[in-house]
Amino acid sequence: MALTGIEIFKLLPKTNCADCGVPTCLAFAMKLAAGQAELASCPHVSAESKAKLDTASAPPVLPVTIGSGDSIFKTGAETVLFRHEKTFVNPTGLAVLVTDKMSDADVDKRLKNFNDLHYDRVGMMLKSDLVAVKSESGDAAAFEKLVNKVKGAVKCGLIIMSDKFETLQAGAKAAADRKPLLYAATKDNVDKVGNLAKELKCSVAVKGNGLDEVIELTTKLTGMGLKEIVIDTGSRKLGKAFEEQVIMRRAAIKKLFRPLGFPTITFPCEMTDNLMEETLIASAFIAKYAGIVVLSDLQGHSIFPLLVERMNIYTDPQRPMATESKIYEINNPNENSPVLVTTNFSLTYFIVSGEIEGSRVPSWLLVMDCEGLSVLTAWAAGKFVADAIGPFVKKSGITEKIKHRKLIIPGYSANISGELEEELPDWKITIGPREAAHIPAFLKEFVK
Amino acid sequence: MAFDIPKIDYSGKIREITLGSGDKAVKVGGASCFPFYLFEGKMPNLPKISMEVWDYQPDDWAEAAVEPFKDVIGDPVAWAKKCVNEYGAELITLQLKSIDPNGLNRSAKEAAEIAVKVIDAVSVPVILWGVANHEKDTEVLRLIAEKCEGKRLSLGPVEEGDYKQIGAGAIAYKHLVIASSPIDINLAKQLNILLGNLGVGEGQILVDPTTGALGYGLEYTYSVMERDRMAALTQEDEKLQYPIICNVGVETWKIKESKLKEQEDPKLGDAKKRGIMIECVTAMSLLMAGADILIMRHPESITLIKKMIKDLSSPE
Repeated sequence: MALTGIEIFKLLPKTNCADCGVPTCLAFAMKLAAGQAELASCPHVSAESKAKLDTASAPPVLPVTIGSGDSIFKTGAETVLFRHEKTFVNPTGLAVLVTDKMSDADVDKRLKNFNDLHYDRVGMMLKSDLVAVKSESGDAAAFEKLVNKVKGAVKCGLIIMSDKFETLQAGAKAAADRKPLLYAATKDNVDKVGNLAKELKCSVAVKGNGLDEVIELTTKLTGMGLKEIVIDTGSRKLGKAFEEQVIMRRAAIKKLFRPLGFPTITFPCEMTDNLMEETLIASAFIAKYAGIVVLSDLQGHSIFPLLVERMNIYTDPQRPMATESKIYEINNPNENSPVLVTTNFSLTYFIVSGEIEGSRVPSWLLVMDCEGLSVLTAWAAGKFVADAIGPFVKKSGITEKIKHRKLIIPGYSANISGELEEELPDWKITIGPREAAHIPAFLKEFVK
Repeated sequence: MAFDIPKIDYSGKIREITLGSGDKAVKVGGASCFPFYLFEGKMPNLPKISMEVWDYQPDDWAEAAVEPFKDVIGDPVAWAKKCVNEYGAELITLQLKSIDPNGLNRSAKEAAEIAVKVIDAVSVPVILWGVANHEKDTEVLRLIAEKCEGKRLSLGPVEEGDYKQIGAGAIAYKHLVIASSPIDINLAKQLNILLGNLGVGEGQILVDPTTGALGYGLEYTYSVMERDRMAALTQEDEKLQYPIICNVGVETWKIKESKLKEQEDPKLGDAKKRGIMIECVTAMSLLMAGADILIMRHPESITLIKKMIKDLSSPE
């Protein structure tokens, strides 16, 4: 558990020198406890205190970084068990597996899909994060060749996987400049793999047979000075693997149990031969509590739902999602096309734009900034009201795109139509349907 | 280092509720731990899936969702029978879409007649889901309740605006109510209290937190359900210790991404599999958050989710 301000204060110099920018050591300690200051701001803290504070202030699930340059993937650093308590920190990494037993065409297809299957949603780019490169044959030269091929095709971080140390070493050295995750240290090779990770300055996964063995392995690696560790419990049955994910996260967060305080890696790709089942297993791990999920393949129908689920689970639970306030062109509108206005709550925008698109009626959709509130909430908060909508429509630039002056407002805003006519005297205000589902029928009738 | 699994001492338990009557009655709820945390508690009744049937022929369904039902889709009775006989449905939800005053606006009498035929045609428990129009839902659900006395049908959605009328029907004719609130734990609790004050028994309430589909509000539903379960199980909040029901199929199959044809956006992959995966990933997330009943549409989605429920509940 994190230290209190008083506990931190005891470790500070207590000179009140103010060199940190805060008048007293106690005030500085309080800021540290609240996460509003960095210990580095204090130039006088002793090395001993610093070590104690660093350990105590490290998050209960330690962070791990995979990759280099512009393609850094971060996992771990989580602080809570439930998303309503505080936003989850690092979204579950989605990785695709390629092996030296796959045909070139199969490898190429996965790498191409890795690069192509990106989705723009609410201004966010949704995509997979890592490629897991695995030697199944154990042939070091073949593995090195595969690693180099993958490096040439994708820029992301890599997971280098082999059961055989020499092969792992060959692959890891070929990928060293990418700071890969080495998979895996087991009870048979933990010293050698740990030393390799130290030598290459990269992260390392442990693969145990159950939690007790995992604890032995992580304890051994931290004893060697390694900090960037990822855990595979070895379980490949959903029920067991799921329980272990829960137990590990809880032990780390509630008990600050360091040997299990690392991000985890899971292998839905080894748990079934059916891509749809695999996708659902992955969806359970995205909710609870995998750091990385390794998939056997990436196809639009499988990866898109997982990316959206991950976005949903990892969004800030406090803040309503907002979409960009602007004029949206739907179905190629022209100067005679209808104009609709709504708020910038993402769900409102998605549903309204989806229905307009589905109607196939070319339309202009004006999305007004209401701080991400829905139509009714924004109205109640005095944001989606006539004297705000009027100026917004005038300034939006829509009049340069259309010949008519007809505006459709949401059915739930019917009571502002009179005032809005006063704000927009040149315009004819029409009240649209209350439910988005009725927009297509309404629009088809409207343009008749 | 010896490792003791840190366990939660759950002080509360979800009520066990029986839907339907006779030998096909279905028990839900009863959990004494967070969903599938079977190392520290029990789920005597695993989550159940109810197959949805519409009371008129839907005209805007994705092709993939119509396909399994194309021989019965205009006939709710045949449709419900097919769900039970061919797909082994344990529960049927009749979506009373025809009564929507903004749509077909079928009369209460006519809608109730069709519903009663469906209820009589299947031996499994039936859930009736209206259109959240208080006057119309009250009118239709009261009629059905009266004609099917003692069948322990589940009547929903029951909201603050119509709980007295529908609740009274459930008390008089011995049915269950689905207490529905707009993704808000306090409103959910308040509605349960109101229903209790009205005289609806503890064994007659299911809770609908309002379901958001994947990408369309799923995270709000997810967190409200997690908070609901936390209050019920660890804070002994008796007014939240009811099974949760989620209307998944209607929500996920109406979103744009479930309806697009493959050629309209090839990056989204095969249209049929995509629709099924969107329904299933939504269902999985809701299972993780505490759903006891999932109302679902596609038979392949249901097969997959049943498999996942079985796997999640088999720790060894």
